[in-house]
Amino acid sequence: MTTNLTIGKAINAGLRRAMESDPKVLVMGEDVGKLGGVFRITDQLYKDFGADRVIDTPLAESGIIGTAIGLALRGYRPVCEIQFDGFFFPAANQTFTQLAKVRRRSAGAVTVPVVLRIPYGGGIGAVEHHSESPEAYFAHTAGLRVVTVANAVDAYWMIQQAIASDDPVVFFEPKRRYYDKADVDTTADLGSAAPMHTARVARPGQDATLLAYGPMVKTALQAAQADTEHDIEVIDLRSLAPVDYDTITESVRRTGRLVIAHEAPVSHGVGAEIAARVTESCFYHLEAPVIRVGAFDTPYPQSRLEEHYLPDLDRVLDGVDRAFTF
Amino acid sequence: MSNNTAQKQPELVQLLTPEGELRRHPDYPIDISAEEMRGLYRDLVLVRRVDTEAVALQRQGELGLWASLLGQEAAQIGSGRALRPGDMAFPSYREHGVAWCRGIRPRQLLSMFRGVSNGGWDPHEYGFHLYSIVIASQTLHATGYAMGVQRDGALGADGTAVICYFGDGATSQGDTSEAFNFAAVNNAPVVFFCQNNQWAISEPPERQARVPLYRRAAGFGFPGVRIDGNDVLASLAVTRAALQHAREGQGPMLIEAFTYRMGAHTTNDDPSRYRVSAELEEWRSKDPIERVRTHLTNEGIADDAFFAEVDAEAESIGERVRRECRELPDPDPLDIFHEVYAEPNGHIDRQRADFADYLASFEDADAEGVR
Repeated sequence: MTTNLTIGKAINAGLRRAMESDPKVLVMGEDVGKLGGVFRITDQLYKDFGADRVIDTPLAESGIIGTAIGLALRGYRPVCEIQFDGFFFPAANQTFTQLAKVRRRSAGAVTVPVVLRIPYGGGIGAVEHHSESPEAYFAHTAGLRVVTVANAVDAYWMIQQAIASDDPVVFFEPKRRYYDKADVDTTADLGSAAPMHTARVARPGQDATLLAYGPMVKTALQAAQADTEHDIEVIDLRSLAPVDYDTITESVRRTGRLVIAHEAPVSHGVGAEIAARVTESCFYHLEAPVIRVGAFDTPYPQSRLEEHYLPDLDRVLDGVDRAFTF
Repeated sequence: MSNNTAQKQPELVQLLTPEGELRRHPDYPIDISAEEMRGLYRDLVLVRRVDTEAVALQRQGELGLWASLLGQEAAQIGSGRALRPGDMAFPSYREHGVAWCRGIRPRQLLSMFRGVSNGGWDPHEYGFHLYSIVIASQTLHATGYAMGVQRDGALGADGTAVICYFGDGATSQGDTSEAFNFAAVNNAPVVFFCQNNQWAISEPPERQARVPLYRRAAGFGFPGVRIDGNDVLASLAVTRAALQHAREGQGPMLIEAFTYRMGAHTTNDDPSRYRVSAELEEWRSKDPIERVRTHLTNEGIADDAFFAEVDAEAESIGERVRRECRELPDPDPLDIFHEVYAEPNGHIDRQRADFADYLASFEDADAEGVR
């Protein structure tokens, strides 16, 4: 049975299902209780699961993630909401030196199945620190899994997979796409969903591969649609760490061209790493260098300038065109 | 700049004076048998011996580093012996005495300082979490764990309590303040045990705080008490009371154990650059072991044979620590990839396989006589 859900509602439904099926699953963060979170992603969970399982925390990100680690050590599965991308950084120490490393430090004796939910990305006309794409920091950190979703179906299943994972998972939510809708079969088994670490071919094509993730998948699909001269294959990466190189290289060996689009600044980004690896593994199949389309290497600008800063449909098409000039 | 009012030293809870005399305290009565008293003495002597051996092993190149507990034995043994088997302790990196009380073997501690492991024990098996090197990070883990204890319904007279160890320097970290606050608003069953050893590497308490550390608790809404950290009985009695307070659901407590780091911060440190020997002499007269020995002697509850027996045991432990340290095997190179993730990770698996091939290529070269 399918239900038409927004990405936001799908995450909410996924959280609810995870909480129903495992009493150890907790939700914690700022304003996640009665308010249901500033984006209402935890709407109604407080009412139905109570204050012990939906925890309104003090306003302290390090405290949220640090206590989540302790709860995980006691056998719980905390899902922490970080209110906005730019507010994560006070918790950087707990995430990078503790959450990511405690399992290896203990030689596997300790498991910390903590999920960090982080609404990320721009395009909502917000003030500073509300529009950033910090995913590369996380993907660079061993011990973390990093995923993001582009549609309601993945939102529903991947939040549940993230919670079920025994590894810490950073779950990036494309905040400007929260209201995009799709039909979701909420009665299927979790086991029937595609594994969390796999990429997905969102649109098959022959002439070039356009790789995107999170909020940029929609833009990439629009670009593929708009390019009437070429048959563009679009890959939705879904997992940023680890990266599903099998799906990417299979596609690039067919198409001979790869364009990577993300909202984050290009330098030292997720696209840079994928470009390097694809160059190494697909060198003799490439007709052109791997092209990256992303934000400038500047701080996120004031919102009146963000339409120039964020890679939009035209910038992605420009990148695709460049791939065909070689 | 100084503030005389703030710097005035407050009363501390003391049950055994440096002269070895028992004192009664109205809030912290202690009823201790002669056997328990001898047991505490034994603990104190043995952990000091392990520590002395570890310092020597570092000097001889067998350990990369050691953080000596010298001078802090009473704070650690007293509080460590106050714990029950089901309780959980979150240490910093100097809690060798608490580790001893939890049943961790010295070689397990040494494995980290020798560089053959990053931890060395299963925290759940011993009720003793891994050492935390990033200052104060463990304060939040302890608090979260205690919040889990609450959710398990594991409170009550026979319930579970959590203790978190940290130093005076850690009180300056934001995580400590956040932990105090999370513990307070959740009424979490956690005891914050601060060993104020007067030195955060080279920085004295007046560089960390303007008020006595135990008073921090009041601002967060829970009790704080300062104890003579060189008095094993005060540490035992006050920690026992605080743990009981916590396990019965009355929330957190802060204990500031006022003690002194007699050695260097670690074997890499040179305290002669920042502190004077007169200070050391003053604290030597408050030695945590000597006062127990005096008490045992004066009360006639231990004789020379007992002391000789403990000394012999200490010597044999010293020898064992030395032997076991040298016997700790170097890890396999492929251990680098071990337990980074709980679940399969193709990316790491591939790197491991590539590195194994790379290593094997040298073996092939050796076999063929190329090298």
